Amino acid sequence: MQLYLPIADMPVNIFLILAMGAAVGFVSGMFGIGGGFLMTPLLIFIGITPAVAVASVASHIAASSFSGAISYWRRRAIDPALAAVLLTGGTLGTALGVWTFTQLRALGQLDLMIALSYVALLTTVGALMFWEGLRAMMRTRRGVVPPRRSHGWIHGFPLKMRFKRSKIYLSVIPVVIVGIIIGFIGAVMGIGGGFILVPIMIYLLRVPTSTVIGTSMVLTLVTMTFATLLHAVTNHLVDVVLALILMVGGVTGAQFGARAGQKIRGEQLRLLLGLLVLAVGIRFAIELVIRPDDLFTIRETGVTG
Amino acid sequence: MSARHHVAILAVLVLGMAFAIPRAQAERLIVSVSNHRVTVTPNYSGEELVLFGSVEKDASTPAQRGNYDLVVTVSGPRADMVTRRKERKFGIWINTDYRQFLQVPSYLALFSNRPFADIASPEVERRQQLGLDNVLLTQRVGPDYADVVPNDVFRRAFVRLHSQRGLYREDTSAVTFLTPTLFRTGIPLPAEVPIGTYDVEIKLFSAGSLVTRTETAFEIVKVGFEQFVANTARQNGLVYGLVTAAMALMTGWMASIVFRKD
Repeated sequence: MQLYLPIADMPVNIFLILAMGAAVGFVSGMFGIGGGFLMTPLLIFIGITPAVAVASVASHIAASSFSGAISYWRRRAIDPALAAVLLTGGTLGTALGVWTFTQLRALGQLDLMIALSYVALLTTVGALMFWEGLRAMMRTRRGVVPPRRSHGWIHGFPLKMRFKRSKIYLSVIPVVIVGIIIGFIGAVMGIGGGFILVPIMIYLLRVPTSTVIGTSMVLTLVTMTFATLLHAVTNHLVDVVLALILMVGGVTGAQFGARAGQKIRGEQLRLLLGLLVLAVGIRFAIELVIRPDDLFTIRETGVTG
Repeated sequence: MSARHHVAILAVLVLGMAFAIPRAQAERLIVSVSNHRVTVTPNYSGEELVLFGSVEKDASTPAQRGNYDLVVTVSGPRADMVTRRKERKFGIWINTDYRQFLQVPSYLALFSNRPFADIASPEVERRQQLGLDNVLLTQRVGPDYADVVPNDVFRRAFVRLHSQRGLYREDTSAVTFLTPTLFRTGIPLPAEVPIGTYDVEIKLFSAGSLVTRTETAFEIVKVGFEQFVANTARQNGLVYGLVTAAMALMTGWMASIVFRKD
């Protein structure tokens, strides 16, 4: 069944979009991530312009992280104080990101920057995850318990604060900076940033695993809701029809993914996720290197009359 | 005085001249399009308007005149556009050079009953803007406003990309004379036609020179939910954003209720 997307300005098959939403939802439920880094590229690959894809996926991630956040809240797996500090940075970063997005679009370099950021971020993070997962798997096979450092350089910052539910005593400076970075790349690239945020919180901020996913979902929820609003106000690129189909597919798929994820072991999960992230990054890199079908593009800059 | 003013004055002069010519002539063109208001619904997949017309002669028409040629120009709403070119830099393809096209038609169709070169001399073709190669597409070149030669790469790419989408077209056999004075032509409107007012200009030629001209117009309006959404997004960005965000939260909340594991 064909459906016309009002903002993307193209007809699409509703079942294709629904299936994509469900597939990404499945993966995101399985790994406990937002799935934006998969959704945005998929939309770009089926012909939706990167700008519309990034802006519309933001609302899709807001929906899936909200349903996730609710269930984590019920299980008391969210640290409100930590979430609040992350959010002060997150909202600032999002506003900066949307502003950068608008500037790049005016310069005609937005598509390139989105592609380049994907290549850089995904290949790095994917490779790291893959490597980490591989090492963890080898460790468990050999039966070695990894040594855990109790103090890192991150604890040298001033303005320390006690985060009760996470049971950590930490400076707010690195937390705010992490929030800014995640908010910024989220708004520019159309990703929730969960797949970067969770490792940063675990390894850098030493947030216990009991509160890490729930708290990161709160950050994702707020930054993505904010990004949706800003993209709608400044660039008018949010496609509500596209977003709705993605959401419905996404939240449904996520439920099944979450069940499947519980059957796989943690390090195998990380290895798989790493491979997936790496594959998307490489796909973008190939796109940049091969000669495009058409060297010219046209964009309307303003209608008058 | 800015360059834009010069263009405006020039346009007025050209228009004045064009209007001045028909008064001296004896023929009159009477035309009508099959539909003056085309509504585009979500499942619109393109349609064709029909333009009918006839050449009315009067007593002062030279008796031997009969071999008429007709050129129909349909131009859609005008907009500013940018054409960008990708080049290979550091091993990857990036947008480098660009040209701005100012107030160019978003839809442009040129129809005639035989090749433009047979209708008029190259000089007349240029002056009357016959054919896609001769239509004025103003570019901003530094501080100036000008059209460039037809084989300019950016102009060619601009016309080619629009032609691929069915928005720019040229057909030198689209106009048919049913009788020596009665003619018709189809105006194809693809699925992605821009909305707005479309001007139709009909020029009658005989023996290589313009005899008379007339104009008509039609309007394309989009209706339905999709258009409502697109309009809201553009005009009330904040409301649209709030509704979208609220919808996202609602969907998430509903999912957490539906799939709640108790």
